[in-house]
Formats: sequence, structure tokens, C-alpha cells
Amino acid sequence: MPDTGTSDAFVAFERVQKSYDGETLVVKDLNLTMPKGEFLTMLGPSGSGKTTCLMMLAGFETATYGEIKLDGVSINNIPPHKRGIGMVFQNYALFPHMTIAENLSFPLEVRKIGKSDREAKVKRALDMVEMGAFGGRRPAQLSGGQQQRVALARALVFEPELVLMDEPLGALDKQLREKMQFEITDLAHKLGITVVYVTHDQTEALTMSDRVAVFNDGRIQQLAPPDELYEAPQNSFVAQFIGENNTLEGVITEIKGDTCTVKLDGGEMIDAQPVNVTEVGERTRVSIRPERVEVNKDRLQEGAHTLKAKVLEFIYMGDIFRTRLSVAGNDEFVIKTRNAPDQVRLKPGEEIEIGWLPQDCRALDAL
Amino acid sequence: MKLTKTLLASTALTVAAGAVAAQEMADSMTLVSWGGAYQSSQDEAYAKPYLEEHPDVSISWDESSNEAVAKLRAMNEAGNITWDLVDVVAADAMRLCDEGLAMEYDPDDLLAPAPDGTSAEDDFGDMIVSDCFIPQIVYSTTVGYRTDLVGDTPPTEICALFDLETYPGKRSLEKRPINNMEWALYCDGVAKDEIYDVLETPEGQDQALAKLDTIKDQVVWWSAGADTPQLLADGEVVMGSTYNGRLFSVIEEQDQPVGMLWDMQVFDLDGWIIPTGLSDEALARVKDFVYFATDTQRLADQAKYISYGPARQSSAPLVGDHEELGIAMAPHMPTDPENASNTLLYNYEFWADYRDDIDAKFQAWLAQ
Amino acid sequence: MTDATGDGSKSGPMLAADGTPLKKSLARALRMQKMRALMLIAPLLLFVLITFIAPIADMLFRSVENQIVSDTLPKTTATLGDWDGEGLPSDAAFEAAYFDIFLAAERKEHTRLGTRLNYEQTGASSLFRKSGRGLDDIGEVYQDQFEDLNGDWDEALPWAELMGDPDWLSEQQGWDEEGRQPGFELRDGIADLLPTASREYAIFAEFQQREENNNLLDEEPWSAVHTALYQDLAAGDMSGYSGPRAEMLQAADALVDSPEFETVSFRDGFEEIDEDWLQPDIWRTIKLYSPDYTSGYFLNSIDMQLTPDGAEARPDNERIYMLLFQRTLFMSLVITFSCILLGYPVAYILSNLPMRSANLLMILVLLPFWTSLLVRTSAWKVMLQQQGVINDVLVWLGLVADDARLTMINNQFGTIVAMTHILLPFMILPMYSVMSTIPTSYVRASKSLGATNWTTFWRVYFPQSVPGIGAGSILVFILSIGYYITPEIVGGTTGTFISNRIAYHISSSLNWGLAAALGTILLAVVLILYWAYDKIVGIDNVKLG
Repeated sequence: MPDTGTSDAFVAFERVQKSYDGETLVVKDLNLTMPKGEFLTMLGPSGSGKTTCLMMLAGFETATYGEIKLDGVSINNIPPHKRGIGMVFQNYALFPHMTIAENLSFPLEVRKIGKSDREAKVKRALDMVEMGAFGGRRPAQLSGGQQQRVALARALVFEPELVLMDEPLGALDKQLREKMQFEITDLAHKLGITVVYVTHDQTEALTMSDRVAVFNDGRIQQLAPPDELYEAPQNSFVAQFIGENNTLEGVITEIKGDTCTVKLDGGEMIDAQPVNVTEVGERTRVSIRPERVEVNKDRLQEGAHTLKAKVLEFIYMGDIFRTRLSVAGNDEFVIKTRNAPDQVRLKPGEEIEIGWLPQDCRALDAL
Repeated sequence: MKLTKTLLASTALTVAAGAVAAQEMADSMTLVSWGGAYQSSQDEAYAKPYLEEHPDVSISWDESSNEAVAKLRAMNEAGNITWDLVDVVAADAMRLCDEGLAMEYDPDDLLAPAPDGTSAEDDFGDMIVSDCFIPQIVYSTTVGYRTDLVGDTPPTEICALFDLETYPGKRSLEKRPINNMEWALYCDGVAKDEIYDVLETPEGQDQALAKLDTIKDQVVWWSAGADTPQLLADGEVVMGSTYNGRLFSVIEEQDQPVGMLWDMQVFDLDGWIIPTGLSDEALARVKDFVYFATDTQRLADQAKYISYGPARQSSAPLVGDHEELGIAMAPHMPTDPENASNTLLYNYEFWADYRDDIDAKFQAWLAQ
Repeated sequence: MTDATGDGSKSGPMLAADGTPLKKSLARALRMQKMRALMLIAPLLLFVLITFIAPIADMLFRSVENQIVSDTLPKTTATLGDWDGEGLPSDAAFEAAYFDIFLAAERKEHTRLGTRLNYEQTGASSLFRKSGRGLDDIGEVYQDQFEDLNGDWDEALPWAELMGDPDWLSEQQGWDEEGRQPGFELRDGIADLLPTASREYAIFAEFQQREENNNLLDEEPWSAVHTALYQDLAAGDMSGYSGPRAEMLQAADALVDSPEFETVSFRDGFEEIDEDWLQPDIWRTIKLYSPDYTSGYFLNSIDMQLTPDGAEARPDNERIYMLLFQRTLFMSLVITFSCILLGYPVAYILSNLPMRSANLLMILVLLPFWTSLLVRTSAWKVMLQQQGVINDVLVWLGLVADDARLTMINNQFGTIVAMTHILLPFMILPMYSVMSTIPTSYVRASKSLGATNWTTFWRVYFPQSVPGIGAGSILVFILSIGYYITPEIVGGTTGTFISNRIAYHISSSLNWGLAAALGTILLAVVLILYWAYDKIVGIDNVKLG
């Protein structure tokens, strides 16, 4: 989904740059547009610039260069409290000296909404997150998950069209996090609000988002729906960052349309799909997802090529087996096989042959 | 030459006295004094010469005389006296004696006779105002004024303090009734020898406070001896009461435009007391030191450094020149006949009785 | 998501693995833990007890303690017990006072008592000092006459033979002056024959043997014993006596009964010393202060006084302490408030600056701590006095006429300025440490919810910084309520605190009982205010970081 024009864009970053010290840019030339109702996740390692982008959108940081537009209007010079953007913070930021109901009532009070109206809205918002019974409590009396719900309710109670979430689930345990992921997306779609969600957890990004923007080094590396991101990473960073990935390093020896030949550093020749390699002789990293590697010779499809491998480690993980191999000089080559009745369990030290299809094998930049 | 002989003789005497006593003496002493110029005058005149003769002794100073009475009482209650000899004003010496915190002594036994053979008791005479008090100096509380702020008629008598018309401006007085009440009555027309009879009565006390009331809003009240000299030097006050030695220092040593009155100066005494409860060794050392430090020559020597009069009659003729300025010190002594034509002596008995009562009234009056 | 932690149903006591009830087992385990914790804090606990609790307890005790009167004058206070306070007490009181003060003078305790009573009755100090010396005159009348009759009356041994138990006497004679002196014992029957003299001799013996450590056989009795002897001889008949020194005693008895024997009444003797003894005042004061504990100091502290008719207000011109208490509280509040006003913005800026600049600023805040208190206070003098820096600048700017310079020191203003400056760090530090724990996300959250800067500050930031203000205020208020150096130097007459009077009574007037009472009241006021603060604001709302 390439960015086309900004006419129907609800949120737009146009050539935005940000520097704190005047020497280095933490956000380098950011261009991004979002339609109304989209759930977009900014994903990246810490320091990649994703939170800075969120803060610029919220108004807590100013862009050093470029323009940020909301509904077609530049908001660069609008103070945060006039932007009307809801926000959920990493540590929830519920005001500790107010009760839950007062917390929710706060944005309505500053908007000078009448008392009865206020109470109705607060109740509705609390009911929405199933916290209706907790209005009289203080934040410290609630569990993390409850606080999270309240924070969400507070960000939504004044009915903003855009809601920002800054790693809102970071402090929760795994089970609760998965439950909340579902609830948040569900709520967002039900209310039709636009959400910008920041996380460094790729699973969260993949499960929740309409689109994911992968940040690194102050740039968006790839902006795409989750499946495309996983299956067709545009560069080595994305391939590496999203999901598990095996890489084999080598040199391009031939490019022919949508296939190329790579001579691996161990001397083996393999075919791959050229993604962002252009010239013969260029160094490349070949990326293969672990679950696309086949160890059973009989199941190898036509056109697959095979390599010798040595089993280094076998880990039983319940639903799958995770096997670490040494392939073409790479000792960290991992394959995942489904725990099926006819599946073989490899033993360390075993010499085997593995294979995959050339289209599952993507020749990317060498970083 | 003569001095050396006297020194030698007195040394011999001391040594002999020590030999007779045949007592182990402590080799360190803690002396308590007031700090500042006064303490250094004692150090120069008494301690250093003593140490020259007794190089194996060490003397340390504690600048606690201000609160000596309270501290000695606390030490006594704790049963741990760490002081060997304490410099206090006579009134405090009396109270320490009353409280049993200071040792009573026999002057002729403890102190050296005058060079002409007069006994110590006669040489000190009336200065021994308490059985525990070993007199050292006579000082006086008197009034200094800014020569440039009093016009063409500098004040000559004490009642200038109360004369706001001739000498407008602030004056500084000590924040306690003693001296102020006497001056107030004197300037309100009470004859000098009737002051204490009047002050005994509530009416007399009211009369004194009423007189002070006339200048109350022009008074800066001081509590530290350094205050008035500083206030005078800064031009904050036109005149103020303080100790004569402080005024000498402002006038002669610092050369400030300040003059002083001797009229109705109030004599007071300062001296040593020996705390009770010293160990035998410490007591022997202290007695040896006191014998030396209060002899005629030593008391006269102290006047080289500070303008306070020696408490011995026999010392007066020996008062020489100021150690640094080289001016004759005798005319600057409060006891000099020229200066002592109209004086008052601090009435120890009276204030011991009336201090609490009058102070309560005085403070209440101040706070109003 | 639920807070159900177990229902109330029970099925008998739970048992631990070894069969003991679980509760008991748990208690034992916890006790071990508590003991260990106690051991760890023991040094601090001891330190606090010794250096903090004990002095406070001592102070509380001193504010009511008054044993000196009954200890020094035991017979007198007992005799005065049934005196109605009208006119003069009986001759028995004079007699008791004679023996009491005589012994006190020997012990050099009479002047201490005089000092104590002088706080209540002006003139007591010199009265007792004079009496200590003068009482000898009474006894010497008798002593001289007995001596003239027989020189043995002025010897130690004959007295010891007359009074002492023979067994004791032989032991005493064999005493080698080393070790403990054999304690004096009265001879059988002598107490019946010579009740007063034997009593006084026993007191004399106790004093010489135990307090002075003199050999009793070397000490001739003091004149109070002779006086006592005279009283016994005048009252009794010695003719039937046949014990040791019978002849000597009977001769003395005859002398006493003869018309030419010179006597002096105790009352006259006291009158001779000072006519004040014939005024009821001093006796009333002694009677009033004879109990071991007194409310006198506390009454003094609130401008009242103890009189035979109960507590009474002091005359107007002696009232000062209530005024000073009020002033101290008022000014401490003003100082606390100025510290909040000045300190809050500083703490706010500090907590919002990056670490490096915050540290630099913090040093500036702490700088006053590293300068001596006296120097700082004196510096304010130089700044604020009439010929001082600020007045000079104002005059130079033409804002103030040269002859109408502002009075900014030696009054309340000066005290408030100097103390605010000195105590400011105590306000800033707790505020800073609380503010720096308030996450910026609260402010951001508030703004994102639509609050303006002011609303954000007032509704979100300020309430969370209140614990810092609370802690700082308590610190500053309690420190300033007990300050005395600065008010003494720059307070003049209107800017001094109650602590200045406490310091005066500790170090100058030595009226430690009054100082203790004032201090106790101050402590009580602080505790009450603390309690009130807890009720109103809640002490949980105080934190230092």
C-alpha cells in the first residue's frame, strides 16, 4: 500500500525531521500518511525514533523541520491540549490523587461539559472497558490490567478521533497482554477511531495492526500490512527484526529477471529471489524463514535445492521442534518443524540434507 | 637586667614552692576564656611566659567563658570536669561559688605577695568580691560616640545617652537591665549613692524604665561585646555602651572617628575561678599557674596588650606602653585617677538578689 | 482481577507439619525475625535513647522537680507543715531552720538554695548567703560558755566518749586511717538523755566521716552541737546520769541552770542576721516550695505565679512568656510560608532541569549550608542595616530619602528575612525530592486530555507536590520554632523568640527548671500542631522523597 497523495489522509507527516542536540537527527525525513480509522503500529528497537514521532504527533515535542497535519491542517503550532488527541501512556499516567471516576471526568471538566453529561459519559466509558464498578477507587488500588483499562477509557472518554498509545501493554504479563491486544483492536474498530500504536514487540504489532511501520535509525524501513511485512521483508533489517530468520551470506553471481544466483561464502551456489540487490558481484544476505526449510527429502517439491547440514541441537517445544543446524558455515541456522506423527526427531551430530524453494529464499542487502 | 633578676627570683620561689609541695603535677591544662583580643592578651602575658619556664606543660584554650556558668554546672552534674581554670566576670564567680561549682581559696596561700612584701589579700583588697574569685583585671562599661555625628559639642557626661535633642540618632545599649537601670536613675536625678536604694523598690524600677522609655525607640540593643564597636564604625548609632577595652581598640588601634566617655563608667571585675572537683595533680598544676599568672608583674604585663586595669594595687605603677602602638597605657586604664572621677562599682550583692526580678520586668518592658 | 482472597469458612485450627498449631508456629518464626531486626537496630536505638529520649525525659523531670528545698531544709519544711501562713511561724520553725541552714552551710548548699528561692522571692539569695555566715554567732555563745567551763567541751574525744557506743569507739581508735572508717553509732540511752544533742552529733559525725572523710576523733564538734546540748540541758535533768563524762555533763547542766548563763533565742539570732527573717514572706515561700514537686515553673512559663492562695496571674509589667509563645508561633508560620513561596519555584525548576544543570543549581541552594550561621546572619546585618547595602542602593536610586532610611533589621522583618534565607534549603530539598519523583507523563497526560498549563499545574502537578510542601513545612516550622541565634542577633526587641528566653535561663540566670518548663511547653505545642497537621492534611501526605 504505497503512500498516495495526502488529500484523503487523516494524519500526515511530511518530510519531518527531529534533532535534540543540533548535531544528530533522531528522525530523518519522515513521510507517512494514514487514512481515517486505520490502526497503525510504529515498531522498532529502542532509539529508532518511533516514540519521538508519537510525541511530535501528540505535541510534546516539536518537529525540527517538516510538517505534521491532522485532518489536512498543520498542527505544528497547536499546543497539545488543543489537539484533541487521546493518549495512553506506557505507565498509564493515571492521576494518583484522583479516583477513577475523577480521572475520567477530568478531560470532560476541562472541556466545560455539564455535570450530568459528564457522569453519563464517564459511566459509559467505564462500562465499555468493564470497569463500571471501580469508579470510586484510586489507581493504586487497581491491578496493572485494570489500570490499563482505565487509562484506555480515559483516553477515549472525550471521544477523540485519533488515539495514540505508547507501549501501553509493556508492563503486563503475557496472558493479560494478549487479552488486552484483542480488546484494544476490537474497541478501536468498534468505535472507528484512528490509532497510532507504538511498540517494540513485533508479535503485538503483527496481531493488532492494519499496517506496521518498522522504524530503524530514524527512518521507516518498511510500511506494510503484517503479512506482507513477514513474508516479503524489503530489507535485511526488516527480515531480521520481524519473526525468526536464517541468513546465509554470499555474493551475487547472476541476476535473471525474478531469480538470481548466489555463491555462498562456503562455495555452495543457490537460487534466490532478488529483492534489493541490483548488480552481479554485490554482497548479499539470503534470508530463509525457518518454517520454509524442509528436512524430509520425500516432501521436497520440485525445483527445490538442497544443502548439506549437520544437526547441532534439538529442542522440543511442544507444538513444534526447533532444530539448530550448521549450514554453509552458519552455525545459527534454525529450522522449525511441526510436531506431526510422522515427523522425524533429529539427533545432534546427524548429517542430513535440507532443502527449500528458491521463491522462499530472498536475496537482501548485506546491511 | 633587673627584670631578669625578678624573674629568676620568682622562678626560684615557684620552684621552691613546688618542691615543698612535692606533688605530682598534671602536664596539661585547659584554660577557659573569652576568645578574641582579651584571650590573646592573657596568652601573651601569662601563658607564654609560663610555658617558657615549663616547656613540658601544654596549655589549651577554650573560648567558653560566655556560658561558663551553665557549662560548669552541666559538667558538674555529669561528674566530669574538663576545665582547669576558668575566666569569668565577678558576678558569675559569685554564682559559681554559691552553687558550689567554684573552689574557695585562701588568697595568702594561693597568690604571690606583692614585691614589697604586702600580702596578696591586702594587695588585691576589695577586688576579692567572693571567696572563690581570683581577680585579674578591672574593666568598665562606658559609652563611646561618633565624633563626626555629635556636632560641635561632643558629650562629656553619661546623660547624653538620654538627650535626644542635642544628640539625635540611635544609641546602642546592652540588652539587660544591669548598668542601664543605674544610668537611667542617675540621669533622672537620683543621687549616685541612693541609686540602689531606689532600684530596690518597684517604684524605683518603674522610674528607671520610664526614663529608658524616653529613648526606647532610638535604641539598638546589643548582646555581644563586639556589637557596639561595629555599630559605631558603621555609623549605625551615634553612641553606645560597651567595654572600655573595645573602645580603646576602635579609637586607637583602628583609628575610627570615635570618642569615649569615662563619666559614670561602671567598674566590673574579671578573674579566674578554679572549678571544684579537680584531681590532685590537676589542682597542683593550676595552683602553680595561678600563683605565677596573678603576680604583680604578670598583671601589669597584660596591660601592654589590652586597656584593662590590673587588679593588684602593686601592678599599677608597672603598667607600661602598648606592645605595638607604643603609647603609654596608664591614661587608658579605667582606674587611672583622671578617668575615675565619677564612677560606679557593679553592685554584686544587689544584682545577685534582684537580677531575676528586674530582668523579668526589663524583658517584659522590652517586648512591649 | 478479583480481590477475593479466601472465604471465611473454617475447619478447626490449622496445624503445622510438626503438629503445633500453625498460628503458634508462625508467631515463633516471626519472633525470630523480630529479634534479629531488633538486634540490628539496637545500636541506633541505644543511641537515640541516650542522646535524645533521656535528655527530654530529664527536661520534663526538671520542669517540676523541686527537691532542693525539702532536701536542704528537712526539719524546717516539716515544722512549717502546720503553720497557717499568718504572721510569723513558731519558735520551733526558727530552731529547725537554725539546724538545717547550719548543716547546709557546712555542706556549702545554703547558697544554692538561696539561688533557687531567689527565683521566687527576691532577696533570698543574699539572705541565705548572709545566714550561712551569721548562724555561727548563735552557736558560739554556747560554745564559748561551755569551753570556759571545761576545755574538754572543745575537744573531739570527750564528745565521742559521751555520745559514741563503746564498741564503736574502740574500733574507731584502732582505725588506721586506711579503708573505711567505722561508722559512728550512738551509745545506748544517750538519745533519751540528750535527744537534740545526740541527733546533731550524729549528723555531725556522719558529715565528717562520710562526706569529708575526716577522722571523727580529730574533729571537735561544730557550734550547732553545743547549741543542741544547751537545749537538752535546759530541758532535762542530768543528775541521774552515771555514764562516761557524767561529771562534765552535770557541771554543764548546773551552769546552764545558773542565772548568769547567757542565752540567745533563735528568733533574735535570725533577726540579728537579717531583719527579713522576721517578715512572713520568706517563710511563706519556703512553705510554698517545700513539696518535692512544684507547678511553679509551669505557672511562671505562662505568666502566672504560685501563691499561698493558688495560682495567680503575674502583674502586667512582668508578663512576657505568653507574648513570646504567640510571637514565636506567628513568626514561624510566616517564615514557613515565605519559604514555601520562595522555595517552590526553585524546587520546580530544579526538578525539571537536566541532571547537570540541576546539580549546579543544587550546589547554589546548598551553599548557605556550608557557611557558618553567624557569618550568614552577620551578612544580613550588613545588607539590611540603615547604613547597609540595601538602604544605600535605595538612597542612591532616590527611592528613599537619606534621613528616612528604612529600618529592616533588629525587628521582626529582619528576623523573618534572615531566617527564611537560612531555612530555605530545608524547604527546597524535600520539595525537590518529591517533585523529581513526579513523572512527566502526568503532565503530558493532563495536557493530552485537554488541560491548559495552569489547570495541569493546579489540578495535577500541585496536588502531587503537596507531600513535599508538607515535609518541608514541618521541617522549617519546627526548626524555626526552636531557633535562637539568628533572632538574638537580628531580632532586636520585637523579633526575638521564646527560645531566646530559654537560652537565657539555661546559660545566664541558671533557672533550669523554668527553662525546662518553657521547653516542655514548646515541645507540647509542636506535638499538638503535628497532631493537628495529621488530622487536617494527613501525615501520610508527607514525604521526603
